[in-house]
Amino acid sequence: MADKLKTYPALRWAGLALIACALIALPFVLATAGTTWVRVTNLAILFALLALGLNIVVGFAGLLDLGYIAFYGVGAYAYALLASPQFNLHLPFWIILPIGALAACVFGVLLGAPTLKLRGDYLAIVTLGFGEIVRIFFNNLSQPVNITNGPQGISRIDPMRIGDFSFSQSEVILGLNFSGPIKYYYLLLLVLLVAIVVNLRLENSRIGRAWQAIREDEVAAQAMGINTTRIKLLAFAMGASFGGVAGGMFAAMQGFISPESFVLVESVMVLSMVVLGGMGNIWGVIVGALLLSFVPELLRHTVDPLQRSLFGRLIVEPEVVRMLLFGLALMLMMLFRPAGLWPSKVRKRELTDE
Amino acid sequence: MSALLEVLAVGKRFGGIEALSGVSFTIARGEIYGLIGPNGAGKTTFFNLLTGVYRADSGSFRFDGKPLNVKAPHQVAAAGIARTFQNIRLFANMSALENVMVGRHVRTRAGIFGAILRSAATRAEEAAIHARAWALLDYVGLAARGNEVAHNLSYGDQRRLEIARALATEPKLLALDEPVAGMNATETATLRTLLERIQGDGTTILLIEHDMKLVMGLCDRILVLDYGRKIAEGTPALVRSDAAVIEAYLGGELA
Repeated sequence: MADKLKTYPALRWAGLALIACALIALPFVLATAGTTWVRVTNLAILFALLALGLNIVVGFAGLLDLGYIAFYGVGAYAYALLASPQFNLHLPFWIILPIGALAACVFGVLLGAPTLKLRGDYLAIVTLGFGEIVRIFFNNLSQPVNITNGPQGISRIDPMRIGDFSFSQSEVILGLNFSGPIKYYYLLLLVLLVAIVVNLRLENSRIGRAWQAIREDEVAAQAMGINTTRIKLLAFAMGASFGGVAGGMFAAMQGFISPESFVLVESVMVLSMVVLGGMGNIWGVIVGALLLSFVPELLRHTVDPLQRSLFGRLIVEPEVVRMLLFGLALMLMMLFRPAGLWPSKVRKRELTDE
Repeated sequence: MSALLEVLAVGKRFGGIEALSGVSFTIARGEIYGLIGPNGAGKTTFFNLLTGVYRADSGSFRFDGKPLNVKAPHQVAAAGIARTFQNIRLFANMSALENVMVGRHVRTRAGIFGAILRSAATRAEEAAIHARAWALLDYVGLAARGNEVAHNLSYGDQRRLEIARALATEPKLLALDEPVAGMNATETATLRTLLERIQGDGTTILLIEHDMKLVMGLCDRILVLDYGRKIAEGTPALVRSDAAVIEAYLGGELA
């Protein structure tokens, strides 16, 4: 199919235009089913962003990071602290988001620098610990000086605003009702698009090749003059900045954050998106993120009513069904598609041969 | 001929075992220098010291007129020494072309921002990497196999690809660790032609090899190691008739 698209560029553009139209119309269609679904979609895009960031670390460079959500948390707290009544700072988002990305990036380097000599399981365990440390810091940095407000979290975070245009308020433009979530949807879509372009360009670059080489054979990569520590750090820093941006947007959208949002399960979730979708393949990773974000919501809305209509009462909680299906899906994946739903060509060769 | 690599009394111990003791020699620019010796003589240890995998306990290297101060393996390639591996270490799941493109890493500059913004300089560099990689594949006779995945190549082709990848780093010294091990006669002959061509184009070669026919026929000078010591050095004819060498290879009684 890819070859056909290359020989008929018009077909390709028509397809892209169609997808673009669908994406532009999507929130209004979803809004007819309830604003909740627009919110769900927004969170799904946010997770796609996170998954793309983690894909750089895990998919491209082959470094298993189990504490990735910490960078998301750093970005979110950076936004919350700089745009809320907590310190009475109200900086505009276009200043804070880069600060959040930079802060996450610094944390990425802080974690990476001492640990990148470790490999495989050992690196995974250290990153896992790092994720927990960051969360515990958020939880406890309310004394002696109150910085993060501890477990209560930070509320009344400013929404994103450009001049008088606020992303959180509904308004009618050209006869269409743009609710807050719909506005955020477009913003998120734009950021996701940028993230995709950045990912694609990195993959096919000198740095991308170096990541791939390190993943394949670190000793040979060094012999080729690749400074493996530095290149791995770059992967950590890049991945972390994606997390930082996503975290900032999360804080602005929700208006409230607490350490609860940055627990280990979230790291595992994002990693599952990458693995399920197909490590190293940008489109696969996005599909993974959307699937793992939407399916639980669909279950939430079907499992409960279905049981009530069948048995007259709730027997199995939606959350239990969700975990059951999740486990089942992962097992089936391991058996039938070990490289993910939509793996990258190289990764597929790595994971299915021999 | 001026010296390219000077090895000055290099020694290395592993616990109680002296793997290399005070070995000195000089490789001249443009020659093919052979390093031979029975198994365990210290050839691979020397190779690992030169390429920064281990650090020498004593002695030093001078390369290209400057002290070679290697703190990590990746600095060796930058200094101008490229190596191949005894047990082929290609990036097995990347294409032959991509393997060679990775070899260009050390001579190119594009960083993360260049890649993201895809500036004119980055695009030009990328095009140059591409062109150079194809040219090198052609040079070693793999132009037709460029898009094939490395581990699908035949054994002989993988060896040549490893050499192409090493040449991509623009080495002054190409260090080959048993390049014809496991090759049949035809493949060995092809590789020999290739090595002669590389020498003819001005790259100095350090060759560790067990194939005596190849070593004696190809090398300008040979160093013989035994139990970590230099026991002979000189032209193939000289080394072949050296009593100590015969003893090391055939045993004392026969000498």
